[in-house]
Amino acid sequence: MTGRVVLIEDEANIAEAIRFLLSREGWRVDVHGDGATALEVIRAAAPDLVILDLMLPGKSGMEIIREIREVEAMVDLPVLMLTARGQHKDREMAERAGVTRFMTKPFANAEVLTAVRDLNAQAAQRRARGARDAG
Amino acid sequence: MTSLNLLALVSIGYVSLLFLVAFWADRQALRGRSARFMRSPLIYTLSLSIYCTAWTFYGAVGYAARSGLEYVTIYLGPTLVMIGWWWGLRKLVRVGRSQRISSIADLLSARYGKSNVLAIGVTLLAVIGVTPYISLQLQSITLSVAIFAEADPARSYNESGTVFWIATGLACFAILFGTRNLNANERHHGVVIAVALEAVVKLVALVAVGIFVVWGLAGGLPEVLARIDASPIGRWQVDGGRWVAITFLAAAAFVCLPRMFQVMVVENEDERHLRIAAWAFPTYLLLISIFVVPIAALGLELMPAGSNPDLFVLTLPLLQEQNGLAMLSFLGGFSSATSMVIVAAMSLSTMVSNHIVMPIWLRSTDAFGGASVSGDVRSVVLFARRFSIAAVMGLGYAYYQISGGGAALAAIGLISFSGIAQILPALVGGLFWRGATRAGALAGLFFGFSTWGYTLLLPEVAAGLFSPQTLTEGPFGLGWLRPQALFGVEGLDPIEHCVLWSMTLNVAAFCIVSVASFPSPMERLQGAQFVHVFDHSAGPGGWTGSVAQSEDLMIMSQRILGPEEAQAFFQAAVERQGGPGPLPEPTPGFLEQLERELSASIGAAAAHAMIGQIVSGAAVSVEDLLAVADESAQLLEYSSRLEAQSVELSRTARQLRETNQKLTQISEQKDAFLSQVSHELRTPMTSVRAFSEILRDNPSLADTDQHRYASIIHDEALRLTRLLNDLLDLSVLESGQVTLNVSRRSLSDVLDHAVASALAGADRALQVHRDHSREEVVLETDVDRLAQVFINLIANAQKYCTSDTPELHIEVTPSDQQITIDLRDNGAGVPEGFRDVIFEKFSRVTPERAGGAGLGLAICREIIRRLGGDICYLHGHSGAAFRVTLPIQSKIEEIR
Repeated sequence: MTGRVVLIEDEANIAEAIRFLLSREGWRVDVHGDGATALEVIRAAAPDLVILDLMLPGKSGMEIIREIREVEAMVDLPVLMLTARGQHKDREMAERAGVTRFMTKPFANAEVLTAVRDLNAQAAQRRARGARDAG
Repeated sequence: MTSLNLLALVSIGYVSLLFLVAFWADRQALRGRSARFMRSPLIYTLSLSIYCTAWTFYGAVGYAARSGLEYVTIYLGPTLVMIGWWWGLRKLVRVGRSQRISSIADLLSARYGKSNVLAIGVTLLAVIGVTPYISLQLQSITLSVAIFAEADPARSYNESGTVFWIATGLACFAILFGTRNLNANERHHGVVIAVALEAVVKLVALVAVGIFVVWGLAGGLPEVLARIDASPIGRWQVDGGRWVAITFLAAAAFVCLPRMFQVMVVENEDERHLRIAAWAFPTYLLLISIFVVPIAALGLELMPAGSNPDLFVLTLPLLQEQNGLAMLSFLGGFSSATSMVIVAAMSLSTMVSNHIVMPIWLRSTDAFGGASVSGDVRSVVLFARRFSIAAVMGLGYAYYQISGGGAALAAIGLISFSGIAQILPALVGGLFWRGATRAGALAGLFFGFSTWGYTLLLPEVAAGLFSPQTLTEGPFGLGWLRPQALFGVEGLDPIEHCVLWSMTLNVAAFCIVSVASFPSPMERLQGAQFVHVFDHSAGPGGWTGSVAQSEDLMIMSQRILGPEEAQAFFQAAVERQGGPGPLPEPTPGFLEQLERELSASIGAAAAHAMIGQIVSGAAVSVEDLLAVADESAQLLEYSSRLEAQSVELSRTARQLRETNQKLTQISEQKDAFLSQVSHELRTPMTSVRAFSEILRDNPSLADTDQHRYASIIHDEALRLTRLLNDLLDLSVLESGQVTLNVSRRSLSDVLDHAVASALAGADRALQVHRDHSREEVVLETDVDRLAQVFINLIANAQKYCTSDTPELHIEVTPSDQQITIDLRDNGAGVPEGFRDVIFEKFSRVTPERAGGAGLGLAICREIIRRLGGDICYLHGHSGAAFRVTLPIQSKIEEIR
């Protein structure tokens, strides 16, 4: 099952490529070039997945992930960070801030799709476990 | 035969003459008209002759009769000092003058931090050492009078009565002429002139007796020599050890004896007199000693056995019925004795009153609140000094009465000499060794004097106190403590033995304790002043300009110096300071001067204490401590060299630190740059890769999509190329390896080319406004590079200008040296916070990428700099505005 993904990416061409890939998998892709507006959108209605760039105008990817994790309902929200800054310390910082998966640009399309599927499956399992516990 | 009456008459007449001369000299000096000869080196030299006392006058002949040529050592010591050590004496005199020293005790006290303990110690030791010497003089007078009395059976002669009256008379003389002025630094002209007159009398008398003996009695020089050979004197062998020891003692005593210090330093008029005295005084000694051996030889031959050889000078003429000569000889001896007693009493009394009486009085009255301003110090000091003279004279008289006057003159003289010599280490050390400390001086004096007392004074003078067993077996049967064979050193003459041990222990204790102890700031200060007296004849320092009451100081000074003198001194100080008031400011300099002035009257320690009562606060300031350091020229030089080195070092360290910082910064910048470059390269590459994979994996894609994605790949590839080009360009520009092609072209042409290039293929129109008439300036520069800058700026305006109808104004302002080109658009301009960074690499203002990596302006700046100009953002305009400044003449050669 696929759902809604919020893609936060200021490079129009890259956003277009990811949108193309995910929409073919059945995702509804919501593209935002600006961090601040994207965050508002996410807060308004939690998506099933967030794909996040690190270097963004308005609000950096690191700030966005921290603010997402502050909202209780979105503690488990899968967040995939895609960045051209692939240094070790960037990865560490991102993971500490709460990013679920960290990938560097340029990426292979297949890898991104695999990652998205993995994250989606984990979220589905979590949801199922949550429903069973509740039942 | 000369009757006692005549003798008394002549004596009284002679003494009256002395009184008159002294009185006259004092009067002259007081009126300020003292004759030139009174201040001449001759008088100075003659006054030094108080070294030759009755012991020399009578005793030398006795000495020669008993010990042959050994008497020469007594003259050899001072001669060696005067000829070989005049520079040391000069230092002593300079110190004495600059520090207003009043006595030898004062000197040591001042040198070792104005220590009163030391002053008291030296004073007591001087009194102990000199008292027997004074009684020796009294004894010589009585002995000589007794000679005449023997020959005059008509009169009964009361020996002790004579001594008493002589002592009283001498005390009166000393009190009259020695305590006339309170200020010890004002010379006692009366006393000095009287002493000089007496010096002439004793020389004339001895030489007259000598001539009479040689040519009258013996019948010429050859006969005298033959008779000397025949006499026991001719058979005397020189004892090397004694010779050295006694020469040393005489030299030491010549410097250390209080009366010698008095005439040599305190009464010194002019330091240069020492230069004359350096040969004149040894000549005097030579003259006064030359006839000693002939007189002794003939005395031994002609006088009946058992006659006292000490009195040959007197008895030989009497034997020959030469009454006139005998009378002259008597006067010579009398002169020797009286001059010594007067000066010795004077110098001792200064010490006793300044260092014992005054401190006690100060302390006792201090309890009743401030001695400095309440009592009449002047009269107290005068009384103390007069009382001290009387006391010293009384002591001498008492000693004479107790000892019975039996011992040979020479023996007492030598004992006295070796006692006084104990001061020498502390004195010489103080003058030449900055490391000498008060504790060291005290230790040296203590060990030296106790050894002297134990090994020489007690066994010789007060033998009654010892049981004979103590001498032969040591106290309590301790053999190594035998007074005359200390630590088992036997076979030495008592004098030799005493000098050896006392000086060894003295010097050792002085040096060891000095090295081990730490001097107080005042000691260091004074030590520096003494040792470097020739470099700095400045004051002793010690007072800081704390709130001293000038009025109190004035009152106190009046009590010590006397009203007129104190007022004159204060007035002079006011004039020096140039102040308006009747009283001077209590500056440290003034306080120092005042202290020195007072110390001349009451000694360094007392003066220090009295000023200290008024001037509260620390006695030694940081400035003084710095002054100590300043004293030593070498130290200064050394320290400035060190300082220079340390400055050099710290500069090098700073440079290193800066270089290191710069390197770290450069390294960080390089890392940041690489990281930026990597990011900028990855971004277009991501698009290229993603879309090429899409195209590869989706062959069934619609044609329009295929075309669109291929276009994206193409655009991003172009972006990559552009980026790489920019990077290369920038790196070449920054490294300075760029080659510029200088040519001449009008600015107008350059701008035409730039506008055309920048706007070619632009998707929206940019209106460019120019004033061509002002652009007709011919530039000599790299035209292509300059065009590159303008293209960049115009393209920026075209891309980023926010206006709906974008316009660009290009304004050219030529001047003599340079030309400015302003490019202003009508957009929103660069936001405030970015204006400073727009010329940095990778700085971008707009969020939406316009295909630039943020290197354009950085490249522009580098180019303009290479061209010798400048580029900056113009504040105060609504739109984005840049100003390019260029030199009209090419400066490119210089830049490169």
